[in-house]
Amino acid sequence: MLGLERKDTLLMFAVAFITLLAPIILNPFPAGSALAQFNAGYPDLMQRFVIFGIFAIGFNILFGLTGYLSFGHAAFLGIGSYSAVWMFKLLSMNVIPAILLSIIMAGLFALVIGFVSLRRSGIYFSILTLAFAQMSYNLAYSVLTPVTNGETGLQLTLSDPRILDGASSGGLPVTSLFGAEMRDTTTLYVGPWTWDFSVGYYFCALLMLIAFYLSVRIFRSPFGMMLRAVKSNQQRMNYTGLNSRPYTLAAFVISGMYAGLAGGLLAAMDPLAGADRMQWTASGEVVLMTILGGAGTLIGPVLGAGFIKYFENIFSKINDGILHQWFAFMPDGLENFMVTVIHPFIGKGWHLTLGIMFMLVVIFLPGGLVEGAQRTGRLFRRRDRNADHVESDAARQRAAAE
Amino acid sequence: MDAILIQILNGLDKGSAYALIALGLTLIFGTLGVVNFAHGALFMIGAFCAVTLQKILTISVTTIDPERTDFLGNPLKVQTPYVENWFGPEIGAAIVDWAVPLAIVLAIPVMVLVGFVMERGLIKHFYKRPHSDQILVTFGLAIVLQEIIKYFYGANPIPTPAPSAFRGSLDIGVWLGFDPFTIIYPYWRLVYFFFAGTIITGVFAFLQFTTFGMVVRAGMADRETVGLLGIDIDKRFTLMFGLAAAVAGLAGVMYTPILSPNYHMGMDFLVLSFVVVVVGGMGSLPGAVLAGFLLGILQSFASMNEVKSLLPGIDQIIIYLVAIVILLTRPRGLMGRRGVMED
Repeated sequence: MLGLERKDTLLMFAVAFITLLAPIILNPFPAGSALAQFNAGYPDLMQRFVIFGIFAIGFNILFGLTGYLSFGHAAFLGIGSYSAVWMFKLLSMNVIPAILLSIIMAGLFALVIGFVSLRRSGIYFSILTLAFAQMSYNLAYSVLTPVTNGETGLQLTLSDPRILDGASSGGLPVTSLFGAEMRDTTTLYVGPWTWDFSVGYYFCALLMLIAFYLSVRIFRSPFGMMLRAVKSNQQRMNYTGLNSRPYTLAAFVISGMYAGLAGGLLAAMDPLAGADRMQWTASGEVVLMTILGGAGTLIGPVLGAGFIKYFENIFSKINDGILHQWFAFMPDGLENFMVTVIHPFIGKGWHLTLGIMFMLVVIFLPGGLVEGAQRTGRLFRRRDRNADHVESDAARQRAAAE
Repeated sequence: MDAILIQILNGLDKGSAYALIALGLTLIFGTLGVVNFAHGALFMIGAFCAVTLQKILTISVTTIDPERTDFLGNPLKVQTPYVENWFGPEIGAAIVDWAVPLAIVLAIPVMVLVGFVMERGLIKHFYKRPHSDQILVTFGLAIVLQEIIKYFYGANPIPTPAPSAFRGSLDIGVWLGFDPFTIIYPYWRLVYFFFAGTIITGVFAFLQFTTFGMVVRAGMADRETVGLLGIDIDKRFTLMFGLAAAVAGLAGVMYTPILSPNYHMGMDFLVLSFVVVVVGGMGSLPGAVLAGFLLGILQSFASMNEVKSLLPGIDQIIIYLVAIVILLTRPRGLMGRRGVMED
């Protein structure tokens, strides 16, 4: 279906199912219960899941397929955000032109940066992309202030022209899709549960599904095959008389456009763009997401993005008081001990947890969470087969004995 | 002329820090072939050795002085560091004052130990894995290390002053025959420059003039052959990792009076020192030092007002710009060796 194999169609449907029902799936605990703080089904967080999912899917097309480790992808995210906000300021609050412009701008920048950076490979490529991203970050902070509004960040103002919308009356206008406001939310109450369905989330989710579909198609296409060949042995490809650079450049531009789309969506959800979105730690974050989920796999990056964003928002909210509640069943001394032990890893210290988790994944599971799932799956399957062997052996022996 | 001299001097202290960190990075890369993204964290840990020593030295006992009163009329509480009680007020105060240079004594064993643990515990297992894996695992380690430091010392910069003897500025211009007050340079930066020079000379002398250094250099050139000759090269390389960690740590200790240490200073320096290493040429020790000073001085020239009015924003990007140009025109960097990371 849709030009996919059966397995990929199934995966596509599973992803679509989960994303579309996310407001329900991510809110498994009734509102007001003790576990309600683990609910991730509020629009702001869900939007981050899918937006960073898009970012990581795009990064994976470059890193997962070609093996080129870019440490400067956040630059495209920032460029996307800036172009989207400018579109909101100048043209209209409709998100479609804003997102189109952010994809195009990010694509153009990726073309230039990729053209230069891809002349080298390995660590030199990483340093080159890092240098370009840091340059954009530093410039956005200092000299380009007329365009980027420097440290304050680019925001909407009442005096913006907004040619299509005309002058706005009253407060600041909000982003919308042909009249449907992005922040519109319908809340459904079912028993003790509350589920929020927001326009913004479904808009992002739809775009993520399209992005995911495209990435599946790229993975399965001859083009994707070529990129994989670059990863496994570029020298050999060059010896066969094939110039691999157009292919890697295409992959770089595509992943840059994905990042631009993610940046545009970030701005569409909250029309504000700051330079810190371009800093190299932001580029590091997408690397973390992709590796944690599983580089080179289809679903891995989305998983990784969801995982990190979930922990960033939920883990960092747990404080000592909540811990005390959890361990309240223990004797006092033990309770305090447990809280002291866990304290550095939660709240503000969740970065520590993330760092440790990331190291463990790189050391023991180079294939990320996806590989972990596959290994556990294989473990069970092998045990079954072993059991079969034992039984059939026993049957044979019995037959021989008789 | 004096303006140019000022910029060269200003570039020297930053350049020294870049050169020291890049030297350590290159030592690790040249010997073990590992790209160490946690090297900035080592620099930071060194800086926090100075902070720790300062804290230890100022642990005080509180006594009540009945003769003096505070503004409420209560007897004044006087904090006296234990050191002053033990060694007498004058020597004690001097020890507290000299906390930063004294921290060198603490930092060397600590850093060598940290280096050993890192190499034996983690990096050893990554020799055979691809460079991107090494980058990722050391990047994770850097995050962990800086979060641990943040947990213990908080997120705010901690001021660690230089000894009072070095707090002023030196009027270098007078020596060179300029008018007084044209070229003024803080003492401590001068100290830092000479300190960096000493360490760099020491490392080079160690590699050049000792048997141990000779074996290490042989191992850098051809590890396998040295191993075939019956030399346990791995052990020596582990020692070199400890040495590189110590160099980064000492660079951090002495840098604290110039920049109050905070937990992310390592990451801030890491990116630039990687650029420095690549510009100098992967695996080339003289290249790393040369590129460190060169980029430091270039940066301070780019922040001159005359240059900035000509090319706005150049001070922000000059290092990256130079790195891009060098990487594209000289694939091996300034002084890179043939055959090292040449893809």
